[in-house]
Amino acid sequence: MSGFLDIISWILLSLGGMFVFIGGLGALRLPDLYNRMHAASVTDTMGSVLIITGVMLQAGASLASVKLFLILLFLLITSPTASNALASAALLSDERAKANPQSTSESID
Amino acid sequence: MELLGLFHYWVFAILLMIGLYAVIAKRNLIKKLIGLSIFQASVFLLYITMGKVEGGTAPIIQTGSAEQLFSNPLPQVLILTAIVVGISTMSLGLGIVVRIKEEYDSIEEDEIQEANKQ
Amino acid sequence: MIELFGIFLLSLMVITAIAIVQTRHLFAAVILTGVFSLLIATNFFLLDAADVALTEAAIGAGISTVLFLSALALTDEHERSSSANKYVALAVVAVTSLILIYATFDKPRFGDPSAPVHQHVAPWFIENTSSQIGIPNMVTAVLGSFRGYDTLGEVFVVYTAGIGVLFLFGSRRTRQNGEPTKSGLDPSEGLRHYLIPRIVGRLLIPFIILFGLYVQFHGEYGPGGGFQAGAIIAAGIILYALLEGEKQALRVLPDRILTGLMAGGALLFGVVGIFGILAGGNFLDYSVLFDNPMTGQQIGILLIEAGVGMTVTGVLLKIFHAFAAREHI
Repeated sequence: MSGFLDIISWILLSLGGMFVFIGGLGALRLPDLYNRMHAASVTDTMGSVLIITGVMLQAGASLASVKLFLILLFLLITSPTASNALASAALLSDERAKANPQSTSESID
Repeated sequence: MELLGLFHYWVFAILLMIGLYAVIAKRNLIKKLIGLSIFQASVFLLYITMGKVEGGTAPIIQTGSAEQLFSNPLPQVLILTAIVVGISTMSLGLGIVVRIKEEYDSIEEDEIQEANKQ
Repeated sequence: MIELFGIFLLSLMVITAIAIVQTRHLFAAVILTGVFSLLIATNFFLLDAADVALTEAAIGAGISTVLFLSALALTDEHERSSSANKYVALAVVAVTSLILIYATFDKPRFGDPSAPVHQHVAPWFIENTSSQIGIPNMVTAVLGSFRGYDTLGEVFVVYTAGIGVLFLFGSRRTRQNGEPTKSGLDPSEGLRHYLIPRIVGRLLIPFIILFGLYVQFHGEYGPGGGFQAGAIIAAGIILYALLEGEKQALRVLPDRILTGLMAGGALLFGVVGIFGILAGGNFLDYSVLFDNPMTGQQIGILLIEAGVGMTVTGVLLKIFHAFAAREHI
């Protein structure tokens, strides 16, 4: 493992960690389900792509990298599907987005 | 390392007691079963923690390397089967709860006892 | 670094457990139980128990969540009554946990190779796996051969639990074909109206089943074996049932076949044991099955693992179908 690749890998890992943190913060702070899902999708896409790419650089050209790539592929296929299923289930049970994100306390029908 | 080891055992004790609390204090039968599964999981954690050997690897022999230190395979075998047995017995419990709901139209313990008195 | 990660995971587990007990919404409690299982599986992996982690992830986070949710659909999603004798219970729990924590100070150091648990039996297993059985995964070797009686017992417990659920539900009150339910959607149709989950699910199911078979037959070399594979394959078929409807799933894997798998797996395990007696050895002694004792052991483990996988798949699917076919009243 050359020093250069190591540095790139660590940059990717920290960036990915940052995105996961932002996604988690958004999921906690935003007012309603759809906004929260929007925030959590940052974790699914940028977070997982950056972290797995970073780990792949650490693993080098080996079987582990291939497995990590497959995991990435699996995540990229399944997590949008899960979001879609979650959103349509929420629509079906009459969950509405709040019109004005500022007024978190009152609900709007 | 010292702290982590004790921390594992403490988490075991706390989880065991959280599960026990759900079993003795909650009146909802499904909640009791969930508490039981937490109780069970904490026992699994205790076994696996005790099987860990410092600097060891998973008990799978790697070809090529001569001297290897393995974690204890025996607790892992016991817990592996216990997990599957746990889910089977849990589903038996869930089946009984569903039957109780059908007969008494409730899964709350106090309401069932009330219905039994009449 | 790894210690920090362990402490983080353990703290998350305690927080999740408290949240599970606190919430009055049973649906949320069940989903949190799935999260809890995933956390404990990660923890098992950190503690070098790859096989156990695989089992817990497939069963705890996958199948048990589905079973709890189908039980909730038949009962109630909300916890109505408050806790009974809350303060007495809290006091009992607090005192007991203090005693338990006090007792942990006498436990051997974490990871201590000279702890009593590592002195008896286990070193023998570690030493003799390669010379007597010749497969790399010691967990499979101990499970299948050295402690075969134990595993036979466990398989029959799983089998009996499956029969118990079938007895409880009998044949009464199963839903009639096409009968509408409260929500107006026919649950036996599954998620056919939802294009995206359906297409992606159909794409993934063959890979899930393939992975299950890999775990089944690669169990002697890597983490895996019948218990895990049975759970993974059952999870794949349950996913199919959720997407395409329960009736379609029963058309693909009919009830007869599931009953056959359930009984056949347990039977296969027992028969392999009896063949050991017929070949002049002890019950569940595989080394007499072939001329070369090591080949005999390997074939024996392969067969009984197949039996375990069949029974676990059959029982889990039977239980799922029993819950799914039950009419809500």
